[in-house]
Amino acid sequence: MKIKSADLWFKKAAAILALSAAALVILLVCSMAYYALPAIRKFGLHFLHTSTWDPVKEIFGALPFIYGTVISSALALLMALPVSLGIAVYLAELAPCCLREPLSFLIELLAAIPSVVYGLWGIFFLAPFLRETVQPFLFRYFGFLPLFQGEFYGVGMLSAAIILSIMIIPTISSISREVFLTVPSAQREAALALGATRWETIRLAVLGYARSGVLGAVILGLGRALGETMAVTMVIGNRPEISGSLFAPAYTMASVIANEFSEATTDLYLSALIEIGFILFFVTLIINIAARALIWRVSAKIKAK
Amino acid sequence: MNIYIKRKIINKLMCGAAFFSALLTLAPLISIFGYVISKGITSVNFDFFTHLPMPVGEHGGGMSNAIVGTLILIGLSCLWAIPLGVFGGVYLAEFGNNKFAAAVRFSADVLNGIPSIVIGIFAYTVFVLPMKSFSAISGAFALGIIMVPTIMRATEEMLRMVPFALREAALALGVSQSRMIVSIVLKTALPGILTGILLAIARIAGETAPLLFTAFGNRFWHQGLNQPIAALPLQIFNYAISPYDDWHRQAWAGALVLILMVFLISLLTRFVIKPKYRRKEMIWKQK
Amino acid sequence: MKRKILGLTAGILMLSLLCGTAWAKKILLINGAGATFPYPLYSKWFYEYTKVDPTVNFNYQSIGSGGGQRQILAKTVDFGASDGPMSDEQLQKAPGVLFHIPMTAGAVVVTYNLPQASEKLKFSPDVLADIFLGKIKSWNDPRISLDNRGVYLPNENIIVVHRSDGSGTTSIFTDYLSSVSAAWKAKVGKGTSVNWPVGLGGKGNEGVAGLVKQTQGSIGYVELAYADNNKLAYADIKNSSGNFITPSLESTSAAVGGKLNSMPDDFRVSLVNPDGADAYPIAGLTWILAYKNQDDSQKGEKLVEFLLWAISEGQSYSSDLLYAPLPESMVRKIEEKINQIVY
Repeated sequence: MKIKSADLWFKKAAAILALSAAALVILLVCSMAYYALPAIRKFGLHFLHTSTWDPVKEIFGALPFIYGTVISSALALLMALPVSLGIAVYLAELAPCCLREPLSFLIELLAAIPSVVYGLWGIFFLAPFLRETVQPFLFRYFGFLPLFQGEFYGVGMLSAAIILSIMIIPTISSISREVFLTVPSAQREAALALGATRWETIRLAVLGYARSGVLGAVILGLGRALGETMAVTMVIGNRPEISGSLFAPAYTMASVIANEFSEATTDLYLSALIEIGFILFFVTLIINIAARALIWRVSAKIKAK
Repeated sequence: MNIYIKRKIINKLMCGAAFFSALLTLAPLISIFGYVISKGITSVNFDFFTHLPMPVGEHGGGMSNAIVGTLILIGLSCLWAIPLGVFGGVYLAEFGNNKFAAAVRFSADVLNGIPSIVIGIFAYTVFVLPMKSFSAISGAFALGIIMVPTIMRATEEMLRMVPFALREAALALGVSQSRMIVSIVLKTALPGILTGILLAIARIAGETAPLLFTAFGNRFWHQGLNQPIAALPLQIFNYAISPYDDWHRQAWAGALVLILMVFLISLLTRFVIKPKYRRKEMIWKQK
Repeated sequence: MKRKILGLTAGILMLSLLCGTAWAKKILLINGAGATFPYPLYSKWFYEYTKVDPTVNFNYQSIGSGGGQRQILAKTVDFGASDGPMSDEQLQKAPGVLFHIPMTAGAVVVTYNLPQASEKLKFSPDVLADIFLGKIKSWNDPRISLDNRGVYLPNENIIVVHRSDGSGTTSIFTDYLSSVSAAWKAKVGKGTSVNWPVGLGGKGNEGVAGLVKQTQGSIGYVELAYADNNKLAYADIKNSSGNFITPSLESTSAAVGGKLNSMPDDFRVSLVNPDGADAYPIAGLTWILAYKNQDDSQKGEKLVEFLLWAISEGQSYSSDLLYAPLPESMVRKIEEKINQIVY
C-alpha cells in the first residue's frame, strides 16, 4: 500500500513539473498578447504589410522587419546547409576514427561562442573584410544582378546572413550527424554489396533514409537563426528598408526589439515592439510544428522497419 | 566516358567536398578564436580577476564582479531549472505516452525556439515590474527558462536509451516504480543527463539579451539577490560599445574569459563524463 | 568517487558564492539608469564619490535616455538620467512630481570621414538638414562648396549614419534640425527615435563613431567626447549669429550662457540654436530625473548629498572629459531645486 501511494505521488510530482514547462509557454504568450493589445487594436492587419516605422508620428508597420528576419534566415540556411551536410557526412562516414571525436568537438565549440563575441568579430573583422574584398569582387563579376548592387557598407544583409550561417552550422551538423549514425548498417551494406561507390552509398542509403531527420535538424537551425539577436544587431545596418540587394542594410524583428525596447517611451511604441515579438513567436511556432511533424515521420519510419 | 570512371570521379569529388566543408567551418572558428585571443590576452591579468570596473582613464580596472555575477546567475538558474528539467524529462520518458505528454514535449520545443530577448521581456514583466527593482532573481528566472527545454529533452532521450530489461528486472524483484526510476534508471542515464545540463549551462553563460532588462548590470558588488548584478556578457557588451580603447581591450579579455569558461565546460562533458557513459553502454551490449 | 568529489566541490562553490551575498559589506546601493551621453562623466563621479562617502554605491547603467525615463516612471530605479527633457504628458503619468536636475552640458558634433578634404569642413544649418534628408547626395554639391571655399571635395556619395537605438543624442540633434529646417520638422520631427529618411543605423554613440570611422565618405553625429576619443574629424556649424563655430567646451558653455535668461524653473530647456556670437548651436543639457518625494528616506538623503556634491565639486571633473561645467549662477538655482527634494 505504501509503495503504491509513493508511486502515485512521484508520478504526480513529475507531472506537475512537466506541466510547468507548458505553463511557462502559455504564460509567456498571454503576457505578450496583453501588452501587444493596444498596437493590435490600433493597427490591425496593416501592421503586417506597411513599412513605415515612425516613433515620432507613432505610425508603426512591421513589414521591413519581417522581411529582414525571413530573408536573413533563409540566406543563412542556404549557405549553412551544404556545409553542414558536408561536415555531417564527413564526420559520420568518411573521417578516420581518431579524427572524429576531436573534430566534432571543435565544430560544437562554434555553438559555444557567445553571440556577443560573434557580433564583435563581425564588426571588427567580417564587415571590413566584406567591404574591402568580397563586395567589390562580387560587384565586379556579378554586378549585373540586382543582388549585388549598391554601396559597399560592409554591414548589411550579407554580413548578417554569413554570421547567422556560421552560428547555425553546429546545430544542423551535430543533429544530422547523430541521425546519420542511427541509419542501420544494413542499408549501407546493401548498397555496397550492389557495387556502389562511397559517395553513392551515402547518397542512396544514408541521405535518402535520413532525409526527414535532416530536415528536422535544418528546421531547428532555422529556428535559432530567426531568434538570434545580438550578433545580428551589430552587423545588419539597422535600416528598416526592403531592398533587393544583398549589400543593403536591413533590420530584423529581434534587432529592433533589442535596439528600441529600453528607449520606447510611449505606450503605443512599446506595444508595437511587443507585437513584433508576438509575430516572431508565431513564426517560430509554425516552424516548430513543421519540425515536429517531420521528425515524427522519421521515427514512424524507423519503427515500421 | 566510361561510366565506371565517371562514378569514381564523382565519388572522389563529393568526398573531397565533404572534407572541404569541414575545413570551411573550422576557418571562422580559428579566425574568431584567434581574434579574441590576440585582442584579449594582454588584458587578462591578475587585476582583471580581482578588481572592480574603473571609470575611464583609471588603470587597473577588472571584471571580478562580472565573473562572480555570471557564476551566481548560473548557480541560481540551475537551482530551479535542473529539478524542473530532469523531473519533467522523467515524466515524459516514463509516463509519457499520452496526449498531455505530447503537449508538454511540444511546449518545450517551442520554448527552445523563442528568442532570448522575448524571454527577457517576459521576465521583466513577471519579476522586475512587481518587485520595482532589477535583480539577480529575475535574471536567473530568464536564464532558467532558456535552460529547461534543453535539460528536459536531454533527460528524456537519455532515459529512453536505458534498456527496458533493466527496468523489468527491477520491477520483477519487487522494487516500486518510483524507486526503480530514481535508483536505477536515473542513475544509469546520469552521465548523459549531466551532458545535457552542462550544454544548457554553456548556452546561458553567453546570453546577453535576457539580462538587459532583468539583471541590469552592476559596477559594484551586488548587495543581495534582489538587487542588480553584474554579468560577463553584459559587461562585455557595455565596454565594446564605449569609445575608450582601454575598455575595448577589457571587453576582449572578458570575451576570452567567457569562451574559456564555456570551453572548459564542453571539455569536461566530452572527455570526462562521456567516456564513463560509453563504458557502461559497452557493458550492457556485452550481455 | 571522483564524481562525488566533483559534485561536492561544485556544491560548496555555489553555496559560498550565494552566501557571499550575505557576507558582503552592507553598503547602500542606489541604482540609476539612463542616458549614454554622460556615462563617462557619471562613472567618474560615482567612482570619486565612493572616496567621499564609502557607505553608498551608485550603480548607473547607460540603457539610453528613453530607458531612463521609463524606468524612473516605473520606479524600478532610484533615479533616471536623460539627454532629452520629458514631455508634459510623460510627466503627468509619473506617480509623483519628477524633477529635472541639470548636471552638465555637452555638444553634439557632426563627424565625417573624408580624408581628401584638406581642411576642416563647415556646414550651414540648411545644408546639414538637407544632407540628412537625403536631398544633398554628393560631397561636391555646390551648396557644400559654398561654405567650404578652397577645400577639395570629391565627387563621392554621402553616406549618412545615424543612431539605430533611441537616444538623447538623437533627440538633441533632431531638435536642432527641426528648428532650422521646416522641411525636416514636417517630415521627420524630433525625438529619441525618429524615422530617418536615409542612412545606416549604428548602435550607440560608439556604433555611429565606428561606422563613420570605417566608412569613407560618411557623415554622422556623436557626442564631442566620442568624436575626440576616436580621433574623428568634426565640422564647424554656423550658428544663429552667422558665425561658424567649432564645437568645444567654451562654445558649449556659451550656449548654456545664451539661455540663462530664459531658463525655466523646471530646467526643461532646449539649448539648440541659442543667441550668442560664440555659442555652438547643437548643444544640450543632460538631466538627472529624481522624484521630489523620495520613498526611501535613507536613499533620498544620500541621493541629495550626491547631487549637491556633483553640482559643485563634481563640475571640476567635467572639463577633462570634455563636458561643459555649468555656470555659477545656474548652479545656485540648481542647488535650490535639489534642496526641495523631500526624504
